[in-house]
Amino acid sequence: MENSRRHFLKIAGISALGVGTKPVLDAFASSGGGHEKQVQLKAGEKALKAKNWGMVIDTRKLKTKEDVEPLIEICHSIHNVPKLENQRHEIKWIWETEYKHAFTGNENKYLDESTEHTPFLVMCNHCENPPCCRACPTEATFQREDGIVLMDFHRCIGCRFCMAACPYGSRSFNFLDPRGFIKEQNKKFPTRMKGVVEKCNFCAERLAEGLMPACVEASKGAIAFGDLDDPNSDVRKLLKENYTIRRKQNLGTEPSVYYIV
Amino acid sequence: MPEYKRMYNKDKVITGLIIFLAVMTFPFWYNHGKAAPAPKIELTKEAKAAKQCVRDKDYMKTEHMQLLDEWRDVVVREGKRMYVNTEGKEFNMSLSNSCLECHSNKAEFCDRCHDYASADPYCWDCHIDNPKEKK
Repeated sequence: MENSRRHFLKIAGISALGVGTKPVLDAFASSGGGHEKQVQLKAGEKALKAKNWGMVIDTRKLKTKEDVEPLIEICHSIHNVPKLENQRHEIKWIWETEYKHAFTGNENKYLDESTEHTPFLVMCNHCENPPCCRACPTEATFQREDGIVLMDFHRCIGCRFCMAACPYGSRSFNFLDPRGFIKEQNKKFPTRMKGVVEKCNFCAERLAEGLMPACVEASKGAIAFGDLDDPNSDVRKLLKENYTIRRKQNLGTEPSVYYIV
Repeated sequence: MPEYKRMYNKDKVITGLIIFLAVMTFPFWYNHGKAAPAPKIELTKEAKAAKQCVRDKDYMKTEHMQLLDEWRDVVVREGKRMYVNTEGKEFNMSLSNSCLECHSNKAEFCDRCHDYASADPYCWDCHIDNPKEKK
């Protein structure tokens, strides 16, 4: 009798242990994954892809202020770029300047009329060797695999090292909260906040939807955009047929924006 | 006579201690049994019709911040903008354009809980709320 009670307790103990541990084991099994269907993160199917995005601006087709202003306007309006009157607070993604400022060092003492007076569209050059990315301590500005130099505003701490590093002055700092200075907010694109640096993003958000950059679309063929690494691309054809110049080439940053003059 | 350790100013010290304790514990007994009610969030028509978010309700309740944190990195840094959930449904990874398309009532949906939990995310400093709101 004594013996069988002892036996009973042993069995009961072991089975209690078994019942108790099953949920724990189950929890381990499910946390290990494997059974659950996996979530996927991918690029959209329509997204435009390239090895190295580049731009060719035909300045022969953009002669006057009236030619370039709509391009600046469309870029700034879709990207919620604020219009600040005070020059020290100004935010610019794409703007126009004179030859002597765009191509410092290339200037001859006596320039031909058209070169001297043509407004040159300038923006971030999306360099192949971007000095801004090396200067950024948080990797908030970085180069994508397709050559686009982007800002990750989530990481920008506003130290402005990138602005000091950029030889083209392509970057602007938000000294003020930009929200109050945007005429009409494009609700599809975020604004920025006070204390971050911003610049042209080659319309990365449009490329992801299969659209060309806004300025290219609005330029009626004066600006070409495409893959610099693809010998059959539009940009490469233009580069083959025309004499082009780039800004501050001697610095070795290898800008991806070419100008036909 | 046995030696007692004497307490000087006994009356004042004890009264002081009692007052001190009363003041310190004031918030506890003042609020006793009166927990602030959990906020009620309102779903929009669109959200009700969709029945399910990009993931199930429990997951979204507890993990939406991790999800959004992952999204922002993947979208900005890797250029991947499509989210295929466990059912194989595709979503554009965008706070302003996808999340708020359904949950267009930010004040009744996001803010109520965030205020209650005193969570103050800075997403809205840049991402424009209510892109679908008609004014």
